[in-house]
Amino acid sequence: MAETLKMTTPLISAEAITKSYFKGEHKIPVLQGAGLKAHRGEFISVIGQSGSGKSTLLHVMGLLDSPDVGEVLLDGNRIDNLNQKARDQLRNHVFGFIFQFYHLLPELSLLENVMTPLMIRHSILGYWKHRKEIRDSAMQIIQQVGLEHRIKHRPSELSGGEMQRGAIARALVGRPEILLADEPTGNLDASTGSGIMDLLKSLNENQQLTIVMVTHDESIAAQAHRTVRLAHGRIQTVAREDAA
Amino acid sequence: MYKLLLCVRYLRTKYIALASIISVMLGVATMIVVNSVMAGFTTEMRDRLHNFLSDIVIESRSMSGVEDANRQMATVTEVAGQYIQAMTPTIEIPGMVTFTDPYSGESYTSPVQIQGIDPEGKSKVGPLQDYLDSYNPIVEDGVVQREALRSREEPISWELTEQAREHRELVKHREALFLRDLTTDIQTATPESKSAAPDFDAEQPETSTATSDEQQAKKTTPGIIEDDFMTDPQVAANEPEVRTGPLSARIFLGEGLVSFQAQNPETGKLQKIMMVEPGDDVILSTVTAGRPPEPVRISATVVDSFRSGMNEYDTSIVLMNINELQKSRGMQIDNSITSIHIKLKNYDDAPKAIAALQRAFPPGQVTIRTWEEKQSLLLSAVEVETAILNVLLFLIITVAGFGILAIFYMIVVEKTRDIGILKSLGASSNGVMSIFLSYGLGLGIVGSTAGVVIGLLFVRYINQIEDGLSWLTGRKVFDEKIYYFFEIPTSVSPFMVAAVAMGAISIAVLASILPARRAARLHPVRALRFE
Repeated sequence: MAETLKMTTPLISAEAITKSYFKGEHKIPVLQGAGLKAHRGEFISVIGQSGSGKSTLLHVMGLLDSPDVGEVLLDGNRIDNLNQKARDQLRNHVFGFIFQFYHLLPELSLLENVMTPLMIRHSILGYWKHRKEIRDSAMQIIQQVGLEHRIKHRPSELSGGEMQRGAIARALVGRPEILLADEPTGNLDASTGSGIMDLLKSLNENQQLTIVMVTHDESIAAQAHRTVRLAHGRIQTVAREDAA
Repeated sequence: MYKLLLCVRYLRTKYIALASIISVMLGVATMIVVNSVMAGFTTEMRDRLHNFLSDIVIESRSMSGVEDANRQMATVTEVAGQYIQAMTPTIEIPGMVTFTDPYSGESYTSPVQIQGIDPEGKSKVGPLQDYLDSYNPIVEDGVVQREALRSREEPISWELTEQAREHRELVKHREALFLRDLTTDIQTATPESKSAAPDFDAEQPETSTATSDEQQAKKTTPGIIEDDFMTDPQVAANEPEVRTGPLSARIFLGEGLVSFQAQNPETGKLQKIMMVEPGDDVILSTVTAGRPPEPVRISATVVDSFRSGMNEYDTSIVLMNINELQKSRGMQIDNSITSIHIKLKNYDDAPKAIAALQRAFPPGQVTIRTWEEKQSLLLSAVEVETAILNVLLFLIITVAGFGILAIFYMIVVEKTRDIGILKSLGASSNGVMSIFLSYGLGLGIVGSTAGVVIGLLFVRYINQIEDGLSWLTGRKVFDEKIYYFFEIPTSVSPFMVAAVAMGAISIAVLASILPARRAARLHPVRALRFE
């Protein structure tokens, strides 16, 4: 069974990613030939020290950044070299992002925040035509994360856990295939954090949502199917494999 | 759709941006008010100047004029008759007017422009009745102080009004009696020495001093002010034949020449005191049309007062009956005149009319000009002033634009992380840029609209506002004695309003371009990490 899983094309694959940052004159290498594969329905955690480049890897995989060397493949097709418009489309349709600091837009209500990816997807006319479906999709996902009683609130009126759940709802409203999560519990206390993890696990199980999660917390990382460690710019160990 | 939503939300929630809206608003309002007032002034001034000057004036270069007025006018009709509605011949020459101030007995002489006219002809090329005192009521602060003495139906002539004739009778009688009294005193002073030199040291009565018996014999004659001279029976018995008929030379006298403003001791208000009234006589001095000219003195009777509202005319114009002026100057032999005033059917024909006329008259003999050319100095000054004001005010709005640029830049910096989020959700760079461009547009529209509303309200109530300001500061802000008008004239042009609003909106949009581009170019990851 495990072999069968490994034989299918991974949904997303980052190969030999090298990326450096420039601080003035100094070149700081962050990723040096890092690679990661995730199959459909997998929940993978990437663990590493602060500054190890795990966020960078996530960003490169989600086309928020470009690698200096290396490739990113979606269903076997290269996506890191596409034009700006295609990248924007992929980010809207295929990827969902959540971050450590929620990043909900402060001027919009929770509902509007969740609807944002769909508003980006449609023109003004398109939005007007599909506004009922858009609202329904948003309400559905909001219910899934348990925030239906907070839809009119502004982010400033929500708790940390609620905001993160709102961000998750926003990330998923467009029905992406892959959720990229950058330290989703980093700013939350233990119990709220575990609530978020429960949500992620249920989304992964019930909807076959592929999740790549970055964290520095070993206990959080352990809740994924599979953990990899990123150190010195490389994926170093495969921590454990989920029993088939 | 997200762009629209965010743009609207930013407009509603970012109060600091209101600061930049206010500057746009004030700039727009100011431009509208200033342009409306300048346009109002210009229109009024042009109207007044034009009313007094005819569309086209043909003037002889020499003060001696050109001969045979009828032939000249026939020539004009021949070459340009199709454009002409009316014309009238005039004689215009500089001169002086000498008159006596009845209060002080002093004699004043002022330089004037004497215009010999035919009143009926003159009223066909311009509004003359509007300027003559007898045809208009005297209104002060909205209250009618004196009704019009003549109705508008009555054609303009050189005849005195009833009031003028009465005034003249009174004055002439007084003068005659004063003179007669003077000579009687000289005769009766020393009866033994009739041939002796008159005693000039004896006191001469300067005013009508009454003795006690004279007081008892007072009688009042209706229509004439009680005057002790008149009622003294001794005096009445010796009343000489007084000629009170007006002189053959008749004039309309510019009001400003013979009046001054004095503060009424009781009310504290300024009122106009006239030193010369219709019915009085004055002396005009000018030169004949001879070569070289000789000085000539003309005694003339004032028939009416001339008041155009334009200071430079009211203090310099004397209109005279053209036949008498001709005679005095020796121009009647050749029937010479110095100018022809022409009113066109359509002022747009002026260039064509002037071209036709210039061909008909020997070059160098006459100048043919429109009223605008004659007043070009004044008119172009107003135009230049308007243009400069517009440039200055537009610069002010541009400065407001820089304010918008700065505030927008700050907003983009503040929103850096949000922009990163939007990009991570799949928003395009152009989409992000258009959020801020439409934000600029929105601000511009809001500011412009508010500015237009405020500006138009200000213009509508400008006189009330001026009253309020005058009351507040204790000084008259708009003094009708300095400016030509009693109320601030305004003229709102919809085109001007639209142009100002569009200009302001464009500046707002232009100002938002730089910050919008910065927003578009933000790298998603760096933006997300922005502290």
